[in-house]
Amino acid sequence: MRVDHISSFAAGSARSSSARGVSRRAFLQAGAAAGGGLLLSLRLPFANGEADAAGAPGFTPNAFIRIGSDGKIVLTMPYVEMGQGTYTSIPMLIAEELDVDLKQVELEHAPPNEKLYANPLLGVQATGNSNAVRAAWQPLRQAGATARTMLVAAAAKRWNVDAGSCRAQSGEVLHPPTGKRATYGELAADAARVPAPKNVALKRPQDFKLIGTPAKRLDTPAKVNGTAVYGIDARPPGVKIATLAQSPVFGGRVKRVDDTAAKAVKGVRQIVRLDDAVAVIADHMGAAKKGLAALKIEWDDGPHAKLTTDAIAGELEKATLGSGAVAQNIGDVDKAMASAVTKVEATYHLPFLAHATMEPMNCTVHVRKDGCEIWIGSQAVARVQAAAAKTAGLPLDKVVVHNHLIGGGFGRRLEADGAARAVQIAQHVDGPVKVVWTREEDIQHDMYRPHWFDRISAGLDAKGMPVAWNNRFAGSSVASRWASAWFKNGLDPDSTEGAIDLVYALPNMHVEYVRVEPPGIPTAFWRSVGPSHNVFVTESFIDELAAAAKQDPVAYRLALLDKNPRAKAVLALAAEKAGWGQPLPDRVGRGVSLQFVFATYMAQVAEVEVGKDDAVRVRRVVCAVDCGTVVNPDTVRAQIQSGIIFGITAALYGKITLKDGRVEQTNFDTYQILRMDQAPAIDVHIVQNFEPPGGMGEAGTSAIVPAVANAIFAAIGKRLRKMPVDATALKQPG
Amino acid sequence: MAITIKINGADRTVDVDGDTPLLWVLRDVLGMTGTKFGCGMALCGACTVHVDGVATRSCITYVDSIGTSEITTIEAIGATPAGAKIQKAWLDREVVQCGYCQSGQIMSASALLATNQHPTDSDIDNAMSGNICRCGTYLRIREAIKQAAQSSGQGG
Repeated sequence: MRVDHISSFAAGSARSSSARGVSRRAFLQAGAAAGGGLLLSLRLPFANGEADAAGAPGFTPNAFIRIGSDGKIVLTMPYVEMGQGTYTSIPMLIAEELDVDLKQVELEHAPPNEKLYANPLLGVQATGNSNAVRAAWQPLRQAGATARTMLVAAAAKRWNVDAGSCRAQSGEVLHPPTGKRATYGELAADAARVPAPKNVALKRPQDFKLIGTPAKRLDTPAKVNGTAVYGIDARPPGVKIATLAQSPVFGGRVKRVDDTAAKAVKGVRQIVRLDDAVAVIADHMGAAKKGLAALKIEWDDGPHAKLTTDAIAGELEKATLGSGAVAQNIGDVDKAMASAVTKVEATYHLPFLAHATMEPMNCTVHVRKDGCEIWIGSQAVARVQAAAAKTAGLPLDKVVVHNHLIGGGFGRRLEADGAARAVQIAQHVDGPVKVVWTREEDIQHDMYRPHWFDRISAGLDAKGMPVAWNNRFAGSSVASRWASAWFKNGLDPDSTEGAIDLVYALPNMHVEYVRVEPPGIPTAFWRSVGPSHNVFVTESFIDELAAAAKQDPVAYRLALLDKNPRAKAVLALAAEKAGWGQPLPDRVGRGVSLQFVFATYMAQVAEVEVGKDDAVRVRRVVCAVDCGTVVNPDTVRAQIQSGIIFGITAALYGKITLKDGRVEQTNFDTYQILRMDQAPAIDVHIVQNFEPPGGMGEAGTSAIVPAVANAIFAAIGKRLRKMPVDATALKQPG
Repeated sequence: MAITIKINGADRTVDVDGDTPLLWVLRDVLGMTGTKFGCGMALCGACTVHVDGVATRSCITYVDSIGTSEITTIEAIGATPAGAKIQKAWLDREVVQCGYCQSGQIMSASALLATNQHPTDSDIDNAMSGNICRCGTYLRIREAIKQAAQSSGQGG
């Protein structure tokens, strides 16, 4: 078996100048597959400049392509499908360079192994941060091209002809002068003995046959007839169903339980009392829920019994009056501010948010003496394995995790808290048990998008253009808990994304972050992560500056974009397609936003109507996107539509509040989700180019929230600096 | 208490309390996991089935309230003309993302199409607004229902 080092991919070079210089080597290894055929092993490189958390010496592949003697092409990869189309777009990369139909590539999901399958952008085995295609873009095409070259070489050797006179097509190698042909399967074993090429030529973008064409999703047929199996659908033989009540106050404990009535419920088998939760084990969820309702639990609320959201917000606000870690400093803000003609100041405020995935949290566990088996849908399966091993006191290799389709991730299923809880319960149960959170437990014991508070100011010159920009914000650092290596010198790359490296030319800029962890409340990544906060603030504030300068919001932004042609182009396109400047009815306004996050440029124009009763309706959204090379345009459109709807839910309804230490929202009546009759028309316009691909799963969400707020300002002159939209706030002046 | 109900054309007998929601009988007792749990309070529509052709939230439908009514679930909806058209349109229009809510969406949409071959936007809003999709596939659901309705109109 030989090892080849294929050098220097420029993946992610579209990333802004803040990207730290790191080695971008990817490794590829080719050899014989067990059972015959050709095996390519590769290590996906880092694409966005984050430090190599794996740091492993030598070659540690994290993706595999196997071309069997039966002609089957199997890709083993660490990304999971949660509706974002990854199971379709990733195989497209290989199929393109291998010259096979997309349907010839089969996918195998990687088993949990943090060392082998670490996501190159996250440093751990996880699917998140909109980066599957970004990370895989170069190396998977390189791997496909390498395999193709080796198959062609094997054929040429067999036929004793020049490799240059052969070509690959639809899973075969052809030799047109003689009419000879052989399938990849027939050639795979020979190809494994061919020296791997040092360099392979990738297809020119204009020669792409698959990339850039709308491909049908490979995972959908099972999702329209009830046969798709999500984590919650796992049914190992003899499985019991459990549901649970956890301390309503974070950090509280069980004081007393009276389970007499619960045990009398037909179908209830067992009550499991934990330190801070009680679970009912039953034959079916109906009995488990009935049993849970019959339990009499007394709680010791613990230290957070009086906690309120207002108190948390107050702490954050106070923190922004002190100093924080400097995330970015350009020029001399103090000097520029002193000489400014106009000064604009504002504070912004964003709430905790729940993920509310449609599939409630669940995890099925069978704890045995010598091991533990888990059935779950997870974005980070190795974390599940580690959490289960720790909870059960077992070595890692004694925990087997079966990953499943995910009924909505949005960051929630990057966490292993549910698996740990399910293992705690399963340790008391003989046989497998499926622990299913009720919707109320799911919402009240989520790990929430952080609460944020921002204090921001700007100085404008005589023409109204910004000469100074000063932003200090406070909130929880999810990254510092989730991947502590990311948190350095008081900063992490997620908390600041969208607040620094702005698209606009700002000669003097100073941004500080103050990490403040709320007491007791766990925080987590939430679709569009750091930018879900920062883009709202920066794009609301730039809109405020335009208003202070009495200029049109689009024209004002365009004037600051001379050095950023891709940003300027998406903004101009969105404005044009939205009919920016054309008259609208009374109480209807257009609001714009522009961002460069997840390595994707995006502009949105939202058209919003504020009814006489202050009911806010988003009527239409126009989005222009430049995400570099588009792999599957239909997936790009779907993800933008999805992200926008997700963001409108947050803008109009999203908030988790605490009273007496308890989350006040419980189900979809108090934690509302946008519905069909409120969904706007959405037009997506894709800028075509061959730059490296940017992320698509989240960008739509961060861009829409400020666009809606800015549109409300345009409609009725009310500036919303606190989300979500509040009908009472709309009535108040200014 | 043994209760017999008719699901997808077959009689099934289960031994549960009469006030057990149909959802759990389907999922946990009978192993028909295509019908999904989302909220337990008829707020999201993920658990929608047909009871005598009417879209019904199985999470709040007690099993002893069903009597001789016929239940159809996502596993069998493809055998009905409206259900088959809806499923095809769902695939043609690439509606699905995570897919978790789509069993319920398809059940609501096929109940609509079975009784209204040419639904207006407002008909679609009325029939579908009880079904939440967190992935935000609403625009494609609307297009897919219209496509399915068009194929009905053409007698296909």
